Amino acid sequence: MITFASFPAAPAHDGYDGARRYPDGEDGMEVDFDDDDMGASGRKLTSPGEVLTSSQAFMRGHGTFVDNEEVIASVTGVIERVNKLISVRAIRTRYNAEVGDLVVGRITEVQPRRWKVDANSRQDAVLMLSSVNLPGGVQRRKVESDELQMRTFFEEGDLLVAEVQAFFADGALSLHTRSLKYGKLRNGQLVTVPPVLIRRLKSHFVSLPCGVDLILGLNGYIWVSKLTKASEQEGEEGFDAEAVYSNKNDDIDDATRAAVSRVSNIIRVLAAHFVPLTDTVLLDAYEWVIEQESDIKDLLQPEIGEALVTAISAQRQ
Amino acid sequence: MSSRVEILNDGGYRSDGRRQYELRDISIDLSPRGTADGSALITHGLTEVMVDVFGPKEAKSRGQSVHDRATVSVEVGIMPFSTGERRKRNRGDKRVLELAASIRQTFEPIIQTSLYPRSEISIFVHILQQDGGLLPASINATTLALLTAGIPLTDYVTAMTCGVHSTTSLLDLTILEENDLPHLTVASLPRTGKVTLVTMETRLHAERVTECLKIAGEAGKILHKEMKKAVEARTQKLAQAMEMAPKVAVVGGGSGGVGDVEMEDEMDT
Repeated sequence: MITFASFPAAPAHDGYDGARRYPDGEDGMEVDFDDDDMGASGRKLTSPGEVLTSSQAFMRGHGTFVDNEEVIASVTGVIERVNKLISVRAIRTRYNAEVGDLVVGRITEVQPRRWKVDANSRQDAVLMLSSVNLPGGVQRRKVESDELQMRTFFEEGDLLVAEVQAFFADGALSLHTRSLKYGKLRNGQLVTVPPVLIRRLKSHFVSLPCGVDLILGLNGYIWVSKLTKASEQEGEEGFDAEAVYSNKNDDIDDATRAAVSRVSNIIRVLAAHFVPLTDTVLLDAYEWVIEQESDIKDLLQPEIGEALVTAISAQRQ
Repeated sequence: MSSRVEILNDGGYRSDGRRQYELRDISIDLSPRGTADGSALITHGLTEVMVDVFGPKEAKSRGQSVHDRATVSVEVGIMPFSTGERRKRNRGDKRVLELAASIRQTFEPIIQTSLYPRSEISIFVHILQQDGGLLPASINATTLALLTAGIPLTDYVTAMTCGVHSTTSLLDLTILEENDLPHLTVASLPRTGKVTLVTMETRLHAERVTECLKIAGEAGKILHKEMKKAVEARTQKLAQAMEMAPKVAVVGGGSGGVGDVEMEDEMDT
């Protein structure tokens, strides 16, 4: 018989405790002792040292470890179960990458034939010289002269958007920018949010109608920039190294600057309230802000931020 | 001067009005600060300690990185305004380094460092006010900060001081009591009851040690309850805020990530 010791009876002195554990009010679901049902739905919290289940009947996933034939949680977070696999997902952590993820990163180091990129992960990611598009034909071979002028492509401190290509044996990420969508970033600013707030979307390149382009990196780095017109994104043939690796910003008019800062501030406010970011949420928030006619910098004041979040959550209901 | 203070009066009360085994008020603040991955502020009475955790991240220098596990680095800063007499301690101070070393040694075996090869976990301890029990407060705050950073630990670590006044043991000493009494700092793991750290700077009669260890362990369990409550309240709050997310049908192609799971949850309810 398997027993689940993860949810001991709430201490009698603390009425709030019970309310905290069973927020959905679904009676009996949480204390389900049937041997096969941990309750795949519903949110159940745990913290380190709590015994979740027996290791003989279940497999341990992320955020757990086995001691004495018991699966024990090692992080604070939500218990998840897929068939026989038990894992605990911490709410706030560094970015845990998966292959194919879109990330925004910053070059921290230039090394022989590779760049090191800070991607908010547990180690710096690696961008190989062979995984970037070089001027003069996409398919051409890398030669020694390319190695010698790596800093003309990316320098320390440069921001870039890339895709996770693979993992190294020690868990470090390997990135690539072999697409015209990827590459160096300019004409905008970076906003950092907890990575868990960025959901996987169909497209992480979002164009808001206010003339702002967003790149929602899954690592929690968001690039807010001036809209790039579709006509300026040229095809494979018209690959223009000058434009792709340029360090110069275009001229940005005042209206666009205001829109960029407004969107950035909205993101900061939503992140402070731990609201997951999607294009629709951002659009709603932007409309609300325009309606309120409040100053851009006032957005960061706590009262206005709270009003914004309440207004948005009201729309969601 | 301090020896004039009556440690335990005839009525069984201590100089600040507490009973023998009574702990001081504890308050815990886990709100995020700046760019830290995890942060916690804990007060034990007038002792106040703030801890920020950064990482796991790329090790600062390549020499520091170990190929099969993460390194843990601890830096302690004692604010000059934290004591009655304003005094600046520099970072090379022996006492400060010792404090940092004790914290690092306590947490190295508890953090599952093998999950993060070549990374570094930096712990920054800021002591804002001192009124006895610096090491236990720092250890408790570090546990909380590591938890908020989502770093896997095998258990909570809770620490408490225990002193002996003639034959009676006292818990959670203030600085007045610490100066006068022989005392022990005990860090323990609530799940297994194991003790990870015991320090003593004064002499203590051998017969008293067992009792001290026992009641400090008990106090650790109480602390664990409080800390867990704070951590779970925070996790609950964040999880609730996350659920405000709109229901978007965009799961296609995602590789089993966060978004997918949330979606299922919402559909079930």
